[in-house]
Amino acid sequence: MTEHKPLTGRARPDRRPHSLDEWRKLGGYAAVERGLKTLSPEQVLDMVDDANLNGRGGAGFPAAKKWRFMPKSGQSPGDGPSYFIVNGDEMEPGAFKDRVLLEAVPHQLVEGAILSAYATHSSEIIVLIRDAYRDAIANVTRAIAEAEAAGYLGRNVRGSGFDVKMWVHPSAGRYIVGEETALIEALEGKRAVPRKRPPFPAQSGLWGRPTTVNNVETVSCVSHIVANGAQWFRALSCTEEGGTKVFGVSGRVNRPGIFEAPMGTPAGELIEQAGGVSGTGVLRCFQPGGGASGFLGPDALDVPLDFGHVAKAGSMFGTGTMIVLDQSACPLAVIARHMAFYARESCGWCTPCRDGLPWVAQIMFRLERGEGRMEDLDVLRETVAIAGPRGRTFCDLMGGAMAPLGTGLARFGDLFEAHVREGCCPIARQYGRTAA
Amino acid sequence: MTLSTDLRSAITHVMDHHGGPRAAMLESLRMIQQAHGWVCDAHLEEAADILGVSNAEMEDIATFYSLIFRQPVGERLILMCDGASCYLNGGEDVRDAVMARLGIGFGQTTPDGKYTLINICCVGGCDHAPAAVIGRDRKLVGPLTADLIDEILGEAAK
Amino acid sequence: MTRIRIEVDGKTLEVAPGQDLLSACTHEGVQIPHFCWHDALGSVGACRLCAVRLHDGPEDTEGRIEMACMTPVTEGQRVSIADPEAAEMRAHVIEWLMRNHPHDCAVCEEGGACHLQDMTVASGHHKRRYDGPKRTYRNQDLGPLLTHEMNRCIACYRCTRFYRGYAGGRDLDVMGAHDRVYFGRYQDGPLDSPFAGNLAEVCPTGVFNDKGWSRDYARKWDMAATPSICTQCSVGCNIFAAERGGRLRRLQNRYNGAVNGDFLCDRGRFGGLHLPEDSRLRAPHIAGREVTEHDALEAARSALSAGAVAIASPRATLETVFALRHLVGEARLFAAVPQLEAGSVARMAGLLAQHGAQPLHALEHCDAALVLGEDLTGTAPRAALALRQTARNAAHALAGEKGVPCWLDNAARVAGEGRRSPIALVTALPDALDDIATWPLRRTPDEIAGFGHAIAAALRGEDAAPEAQAVAAALAQAKAPALIAGFGAARPEILDAIDAIACALAGRARLFLFPPEVNSMGLALSGVTGLEGAVETLESGTARTVIIAEADLVERADPALVERLLRAAETVIVLDSHNTRLSARATILLPVADWVEAAGTVVNHEGRAQRRFAAYAGAPQPAWRVIAALAQPTPGWQNLDDVLAAMAQALPQLAPAREAAPDAAMRLPLGAVARAGWRQAGRTAHDQTGGVIRHAPQTDGDSALTFSMEGGRGGDVPPALRTDYAVAGLHSASAAPFVTVANGGTLKAGDPGINVLAGFAGPNAAPAFALTGEGLIPLALHDPFVGDEAGRRAEFLEQRCVEAQIVLHPDDARHLHLNENMALTLDGQAVDIGLRIDPAIPPGHVGLPTGRVAPRNLGRHVQIGRQE
Ligand SMILES: Cc1cc2nc3c(=O)[nH]c(=O)nc-3n(C[C@H](O)[C@H](O)[C@H](O)COP(=O)(O)O)c2cc1C
Ligand code: SF4
Ligand code: FES
Repeated sequence: MTEHKPLTGRARPDRRPHSLDEWRKLGGYAAVERGLKTLSPEQVLDMVDDANLNGRGGAGFPAAKKWRFMPKSGQSPGDGPSYFIVNGDEMEPGAFKDRVLLEAVPHQLVEGAILSAYATHSSEIIVLIRDAYRDAIANVTRAIAEAEAAGYLGRNVRGSGFDVKMWVHPSAGRYIVGEETALIEALEGKRAVPRKRPPFPAQSGLWGRPTTVNNVETVSCVSHIVANGAQWFRALSCTEEGGTKVFGVSGRVNRPGIFEAPMGTPAGELIEQAGGVSGTGVLRCFQPGGGASGFLGPDALDVPLDFGHVAKAGSMFGTGTMIVLDQSACPLAVIARHMAFYARESCGWCTPCRDGLPWVAQIMFRLERGEGRMEDLDVLRETVAIAGPRGRTFCDLMGGAMAPLGTGLARFGDLFEAHVREGCCPIARQYGRTAA
Repeated sequence: MTLSTDLRSAITHVMDHHGGPRAAMLESLRMIQQAHGWVCDAHLEEAADILGVSNAEMEDIATFYSLIFRQPVGERLILMCDGASCYLNGGEDVRDAVMARLGIGFGQTTPDGKYTLINICCVGGCDHAPAAVIGRDRKLVGPLTADLIDEILGEAAK
Repeated sequence: MTRIRIEVDGKTLEVAPGQDLLSACTHEGVQIPHFCWHDALGSVGACRLCAVRLHDGPEDTEGRIEMACMTPVTEGQRVSIADPEAAEMRAHVIEWLMRNHPHDCAVCEEGGACHLQDMTVASGHHKRRYDGPKRTYRNQDLGPLLTHEMNRCIACYRCTRFYRGYAGGRDLDVMGAHDRVYFGRYQDGPLDSPFAGNLAEVCPTGVFNDKGWSRDYARKWDMAATPSICTQCSVGCNIFAAERGGRLRRLQNRYNGAVNGDFLCDRGRFGGLHLPEDSRLRAPHIAGREVTEHDALEAARSALSAGAVAIASPRATLETVFALRHLVGEARLFAAVPQLEAGSVARMAGLLAQHGAQPLHALEHCDAALVLGEDLTGTAPRAALALRQTARNAAHALAGEKGVPCWLDNAARVAGEGRRSPIALVTALPDALDDIATWPLRRTPDEIAGFGHAIAAALRGEDAAPEAQAVAAALAQAKAPALIAGFGAARPEILDAIDAIACALAGRARLFLFPPEVNSMGLALSGVTGLEGAVETLESGTARTVIIAEADLVERADPALVERLLRAAETVIVLDSHNTRLSARATILLPVADWVEAAGTVVNHEGRAQRRFAAYAGAPQPAWRVIAALAQPTPGWQNLDDVLAAMAQALPQLAPAREAAPDAAMRLPLGAVARAGWRQAGRTAHDQTGGVIRHAPQTDGDSALTFSMEGGRGGDVPPALRTDYAVAGLHSASAAPFVTVANGGTLKAGDPGINVLAGFAGPNAAPAFALTGEGLIPLALHDPFVGDEAGRRAEFLEQRCVEAQIVLHPDDARHLHLNENMALTLDGQAVDIGLRIDPAIPPGHVGLPTGRVAPRNLGRHVQIGRQE
């Protein structure tokens, strides 16, 4: 069980976290002890590289590749430490996986963070956690204190010569804080407005110092890789991309929840695990990776869910937390809520997002009410075409928002037009506006 | 001076230990809110004064982050998720029920000062949809139903 | 400099490397629409308007859409601005911005000179599709100088980037998030920064504007603009004086890369405007009674023939100073200030001639600075703004090491890790620049020069106090260390200390010395010595008349000395544009044009002679003309050029000043240079307000400018005569970078002005100085909002002036039994300003607001007492 679910296997069903002793009895901190004493930072990095660990925060960027941009200690211009930041801002619609890892297995995160900091030549670790996750904040804070007391954090960790500090920074709310450069701005006490890349954080990050940001789940994998080897980690997956994945299934399913499964597990299987489609029981479509991923149809149920395959299927694996719509759910209504969300969470820096999204949201609600016009669809299509591609806006929030809208328009164009033609939502008319 | 001595020294501590005055602004606002439920002008100005930053700089941060409240909030906060998964599970019906029961809309506080209702993005409770987080300790509740709402609000009323 | 080649829509451009694509194209005159990019503020990529298609090289056939402002130029790049997709992106950006922007151009002050209008036209957006409600905001009262209309905001973030990032202000910020971002103060109230006025030009739409202009409003196209020079300090910022109907409506920045670049201070921007008419001198007077011009001139001529001395003002033009010299002779011309000041300015000129004079712009590129005794923000505000940029060079250098170019503004700020170039501020009082200083050091005026000499000693390897050692080490390490001083502390010996440090730095030092007034330097270069000479001449009986042009002596010299002068003179002839405390004492009072009504040449702190011109026709005569009319025989000068020619003969040293601007005879193919803007809609009655009668265009004999819209304009106009930036399709201040060679660089045709210092041999030492008498040591208090005698009355600026107060240390106040509620005396004379007790004032000193109750250059102790 634990081998197949290394990340969540040891979590208690009620999410009560382990004490340090309990965790050590389960094998915790062995990897830290061994890693820091017997492996060089480069060796840890190489292991993570061999393990094919892709970032779990949404973009799927290989963790080791990102880490290699970090300068070795004392080799960057300027003065001050390098930082390793754990991104626990989880706020994407439909995403609720990091919550489990933070609340139930905080020591796993601390372990992973220590090894990640070691590999990236960082001496300070900051865990940013969203305000609404108060239990997570408390549990991780406690785990850090315990680890520090036991000498896993602080000066000269367990006699290895490695110095590292770690603390939790609670966010004060705003989805954009999850964007890694905005997160850095937030830590500096500024508005969470993303930064331009390049310079990448590894070059000039927190306070201008070399910085790496990784997702909670990504970091949680690291101690397992160091403990069991890259080969083992890769073998957990059914595809090229290494490891298991903490999937989430929500929306119109009978037993929504978190499911750790091999990377590449097809959507169909996960929906089965979640008790199957609820409502009409017939799938209309799903978003495989949270609110910012494009819609896929029933034809994609067999697509192995990993970054590469989902991208090829025309969507994005994102956070790996899927949102399921049955036949009685109207995708326009879902898109409208997404658009309202992204419009509200825009940081206000760049024009297409700040001023384009509210317009799109207004139009979506108008369409839902049956008050839309055909010209409105032009505005939607143009916005997708103009503001959707990468580089049109400062960060990927806008691009993310355009994914469900763009795929929605492409996949359900008839339905959009039907809303205009019929002056109401045809799905609501057929099924009534009812909950699952 | 209206901030407690403890709070004042906590603010000074954050400034000295977490990256200076600039980085301590947000943390100060959070601590003030923790103690008082919201951040009033006098508190904001006093914290700015301790940190040696301008009121405008403080307000910049206070108004950017959505969970810093610059208006009084009720004894109990109800942060209702308006994410898609909650919507798909009847979140808007629950929302309407709560609004009807409390007689207020999002962003409002009941006249008796007991409840403040706020919409918030996905609370990470999609497996308990429709979900909300409640109270100063941000307790996750869900799946919400009209009955559950009565129970929760009834309990709080006690 | 190596240049690289890029191709823009098929045209090859040779551009300098190390800049962004938008800057590169802009300086080649190629327009790429933009909002958030600003010549002086760099790139931040917020508005997303500057979209272009970019091909990395010949192999890259498809290319991609990029923001020009965020893209470094590289050899072989191919760029298409016309690309349909890029154009569509830009059109959508405008459509998004216009969603909430009110359609109020007809009632908006910015209309007609609005960058948003220009960009909207350029993008082709002309039909509104959005039909929802528009967002509305509550505006703030930002004080007397600026309007605030937030509904017009397009969130380009230029205002906060200038105000906070460039000018160091802290009371303006952005609030809120998503599509409700608000740029304002925490609460209503005047903006603190003495550079806030620049927001009116920095903002690309109508959020911030000049309140005075807004009240006395005229459209840009209905105003005539005249190139002028600010008179409020020795920096000599270049400005446009905009006029309609014989009324000055607005002053705006006129780009001069060497001097003010893109920005002015508020004293300059608002200090020359809305002067109350009741303080204006319009008619000649004899003994307080209004007389005809003929009678006044006759009386003056006869008084002058009895033997006269003349007193020239540091705010008068070179021409006026020379006319006085012609009138009374070289030996009988004196300055309106004591020798202490006149000699100090001469010493400055000598030091600059010896060590090399630097334009203000060069200060921004220094990598260390020492300010010795000068409250720069109070005495030469624009220079303080330049020093703020100096402070950023260390951060830029570190960012550069990390591969982050300084034009990538936000990124460079972060990568610079907050490093600052070493700056030592040695002043008597807490300084407005302390926030950028590595060493904010407090010394009494008498200690400052000593500290400077200690630095020089340390540089020579001698023993010195640790602080002096530290500063010396920073200066020694710097490639271009700036030495900054002036006469603000009224201690001439500071200049000798500067000399010692400059010598110890062996040629690396860059000197920036700021005399008190707009033409203090010109007066020194004209060889004029202190007021004491005039008093002695009169008291000796060899002269009986004194003629004083454009100076309220009471502001500029010890009242005791002024009294002696006035008592010794039988006849006091005063020429001025405004009533002053001195004009009340005149026997014969002759009205003259004020600074904006007459052409003339002034010499700024670096020895740069610059010419300004009359902003409208029909004003009183310039002072030099009135003086010429008094001379017997009259010199026969027809126009300004004739005066300059005569001056060049008499004072060959100043001959180059003739080249400060083309002479009045210059003509372009289309004639003289038009002051009024071109109106494609047809002739406007720009000099009419209300009436319909069209006068024949008035001529201006003193310049090659015409009071008309007909005439030469555009790129052919020599820089000193530019009446606008003349870029097709661009009507606002945002057009300025198109006429410069680089960001913050010189104007394409060269920056106006010419240095007249060459060969000047100043005195070997500053005037000897020791305070006489007994009592408290005077400390002149300077304030950025307090201008000269006329500027202080400017209706709008006046509301920003600090209350004039005498300031004492608590110990001295206690000792003198004084408190803040008492009426005071200064040297036994009742004064009408109150007392402030402030521990920041060094004990034994008394702070006296400049020009309000005592001159800036008192060479003696003073007594403060209580009115009985
Ligand atoms: C608008 C936006 C919001 C994001 N929110 C999160 C988040 O809440 N948590 C997270 O781990 N990554 C988030 N990301 C991705 C981060 O920018 C970053 O890529 C990630 O934290 C890197 O970690 P990883 O490589 O381990 O995935 C967000 C990105 C964007 C554009
Ligand atoms: S007062 Fe001085 S700094 Fe300000 S605009 Fe005038 S000359 Fe320039
Ligand atoms: S000018 Fe380039 S994004 Fe604004």
